[in-house]
Amino acid sequence: MTLRCRPRRWRAQDFAPYSRSNPAPPGLVFAPDTQGSRIGAGLATKRAVQRHPQEDTALMAQKFTLNVNGSDHTVEVDPDMPLLYALRNDIGLNNPHFGCGLAQCGACTVHLDGQAIRSCVTPVSAVGTGKVVTLAGLGTPEKPHPLQTAYVEEQVPQCGYCINGWIMTAAAFLRDKKKPTDAEIKTALEGLKCRCGTHMGIMRAVKRASEMMG
Amino acid sequence: MTRMEKSAAFSRRALLESGGALVVSIGMPISLDTLLAVRQAHAQGAKPPLTPDQLSSYIAVNADGTVAAFFGKMDMGHGLTVAIGQMVAEELDVPFKAVKVYMGDTANSVHQGGASGSTGIQLGGKQMRMAAAEARRVLVEMAAQKLALPATQLTVVDGVVQDKSDPAKKASYAELIGGRYFNVQLDWNKQYGNTLYAPGKALPKKPSEYKIVGKPIKREDIAPKVFAQEDFVTDVKVPGMVHARMIRPPVAGSVPVKVDESSIKDIPTAQVVWKNGFLGVVADKEWDAIQAMGNLKVEWSQTKPPFPPQASLYDVIRKSPVRKRVVEKDVGNVDDAFKTAARVIEAEYEWPYQSHASMGPACAFVEIKDGFVTCYSGTQKSHFVQAGLAATLDVPLEKVHVKWMAGPGSYGRNDADDCAMDAAVIAKAVGRPVRLQYMREQGTAWDPKGPASIHRARLGFDADGKIIAYEYTSKGFSRVDVDTNGGKPKDTLAGQTLGVALASGDGFGVPAESYEFPNKRLAWETIAPLLDRASPLRSSHLRDPVGPQIHFASESFIDEVAADLKQDPIVFRLQHIKEPRDAAVIKAAAEKFGWETRTSPRRDQTGVKVNGRGIAYSQRNGTRVAAIAEVDIDRSTGKIWVKRFVVAHDCGQIINPDGLAKAIEGNVIQGISRTLWEEVKFNDKTVTTVDWISYPILDITESPEKIESVLIDHPEIAPSGAGEPSIRPLAAAIANAIFDATGVRMRRVPFSPDRVKQAMS
Repeated sequence: MTLRCRPRRWRAQDFAPYSRSNPAPPGLVFAPDTQGSRIGAGLATKRAVQRHPQEDTALMAQKFTLNVNGSDHTVEVDPDMPLLYALRNDIGLNNPHFGCGLAQCGACTVHLDGQAIRSCVTPVSAVGTGKVVTLAGLGTPEKPHPLQTAYVEEQVPQCGYCINGWIMTAAAFLRDKKKPTDAEIKTALEGLKCRCGTHMGIMRAVKRASEMMG
Repeated sequence: MTRMEKSAAFSRRALLESGGALVVSIGMPISLDTLLAVRQAHAQGAKPPLTPDQLSSYIAVNADGTVAAFFGKMDMGHGLTVAIGQMVAEELDVPFKAVKVYMGDTANSVHQGGASGSTGIQLGGKQMRMAAAEARRVLVEMAAQKLALPATQLTVVDGVVQDKSDPAKKASYAELIGGRYFNVQLDWNKQYGNTLYAPGKALPKKPSEYKIVGKPIKREDIAPKVFAQEDFVTDVKVPGMVHARMIRPPVAGSVPVKVDESSIKDIPTAQVVWKNGFLGVVADKEWDAIQAMGNLKVEWSQTKPPFPPQASLYDVIRKSPVRKRVVEKDVGNVDDAFKTAARVIEAEYEWPYQSHASMGPACAFVEIKDGFVTCYSGTQKSHFVQAGLAATLDVPLEKVHVKWMAGPGSYGRNDADDCAMDAAVIAKAVGRPVRLQYMREQGTAWDPKGPASIHRARLGFDADGKIIAYEYTSKGFSRVDVDTNGGKPKDTLAGQTLGVALASGDGFGVPAESYEFPNKRLAWETIAPLLDRASPLRSSHLRDPVGPQIHFASESFIDEVAADLKQDPIVFRLQHIKEPRDAAVIKAAAEKFGWETRTSPRRDQTGVKVNGRGIAYSQRNGTRVAAIAEVDIDRSTGKIWVKRFVVAHDCGQIINPDGLAKAIEGNVIQGISRTLWEEVKFNDKTVTTVDWISYPILDITESPEKIESVLIDHPEIAPSGAGEPSIRPLAAAIANAIFDATGVRMRRVPFSPDRVKQAMS
């Protein structure tokens, strides 16, 4: 088998989250077929790894230098591997979580050059020299981001597995939008999932943070 | 080394080798009550056995006077850690901050049943309270001996026993027992699980003496999560670990007959684990394991697709032979009364299969080393998983250690226990530590499901219009095709795919309310599962198991009767409710909501957007909840917005009002979600709801403007549960509000826009 590396052709919308008002395009809504759950890999990677049938399935690992939370990390991985796995397994940052691998829930959200992106569908090769910030890099107990302070004050999470999505998305939103209305906050956070149902607490915390940010 | 590697290594070593990292046993405390025990076989200096009849199994005092509480249940996100800490600190008279609660670890806690049935405080907390009270009593006796004063002369302030009249005469808990274990026998009822109860001789405090219980103390596990400093079960990493993924069949019930390992030979370190119907893959790197899962060529057995068309589901339930029928309440003679009835109202309601659809698919870590099994799991029930692993791996129970770690959500018997067993089978096969995480579609399509059901209610009047008979019957799949835990191979996918037959149990339930009618019968009937082996539609417990469906129907029906009689829905309920605490929650909710007494439906709205209000109420194991929904409906789209919910909640004594209010909010959001959106769909082969697009849940743009709770505190009544009761009446409250707004009665969940629009046309 010949191993070769394909040219990258990623666009920002490839990593855009899906939501009820921005549904996945037809063909990307998955249902088990005769492949059954073997499409699991496809489910996880279909958008990130748009491999064509004629292309080889195994790709050569490449070296990438990723700037994460202010430090450079060199990883040697499949260029198509989603950033999430590089962050969690190669760089050892546990905070972005695997929730769906489909950009449908937000548990994996990080900032790439200040924009909230879903790291579960963003190939490592698409990161380039962009600066990645995870929840751990957003703030610390000593120097918290207002959203982190507000989250603690409002006692928002239940299981807490979803918080990367809400905090990182809200942080990018509040940076650009001062004193948003409730409706604007909800629209900005549309599509993120919290299965425990902490939505009311999330709204309180985002509003509190927005006030703190002036 | 990442933070997790350190903490995982630490916790394994510390807990396994010492059985508890913080408490060092250096000799037995001597008190009047323990003198005999000291002479007995427990070796001097050793910890008494980890059995339910030992005080040391629940409470220990560290050398610095801080208290360790070992809890055989766990906090699935409602702040139970805080509540248990409050109860223990209260009884021991130590500051709240002095107590650390250790949860769900089989190495240091006894089998208290895990997170189960909202019993964390009701039963688990009850035991911890009694243990803490007994610890205080023993410590006071020890101080009495040391200070040569009668125990009645002593009091405790912040962990220091002192003379009531001369505080200079004192002995701290640290001095009395710090760093050593209690050796005090408790009066154990010989039960394990939720019903385990082992009080000592002490009586707990009177509520009037409380200083800590009832306070809105905040959770301490929030900040570590928010600053990304806490590890979830998904974050466990140890040297030499492999990543695993499972492969489920395309047709439920089929098994692999040919696996082409050459199809993954180019994926580094990828390896197949295949036995009977069990099929998984491992690789050193997680991404490679995912690739291997996707690329592995498998030939499956030709199996007849097992499932009926989705559209016929409720007909299938109607026509299926009843496997078991149980009449739980039978007052008077219902059959005779209906024969004499001048008029009968009846209705039937339907509820679909629903998924736990936890925030992330389950994850588990298992290592088998030197005959000893270590498992980290997000399970709700570590002690059951311990038993399940022992049975699956055929090792003695004491060779298995299960430690609960926060997982990606819970809400009942989700996919966590299956994942632990699958990981164990793989760990045994590959001889290395294994981290297994399911994929999203496995979490949503293959978790045990809340069962689908139909519910029939009828009510008879005599010639004078007086209600003479009421009958309510649920018929559906059992709530326990698989048990509420992975304690036995028959109840796990690993067991079933390896060849242990599914043995579906029978269980359902009846409405929990106090309506009094002269003749009344409440019954349930179960039917056999659609597939008798590893099935994505096997049923088990989903938050408030069968409660939402039963009370959706029963409380919708009560509303139908009130409307038929042209009575206000609250006035009608209060006429027939017998128990004062039930009436009280309804009145409290009505007052907070600003309920206007009138009949439903409203007839004063003509526009596209209409608004309505609806009430429902229910009990659950001692707790009472009344919920009032206000909904806006867009008649052009059928879209419903639950704008406001008021929930009045009486669970007896309130331990932590802040935790309670937030537990109610979560219940309301999840309850609206299950009512408006959630339905497991399937074709003849398997489940087709596999992600958040095909299995939508409530979005934040659809969340209410306001959720208000009225917390009724009864310090004199033992606390009952709060984790689930408030989800119970929500669907009916929403349905009743839709009726109020539109005059249309929704009798099938979910109330998705297309279905609402259809119902209104």
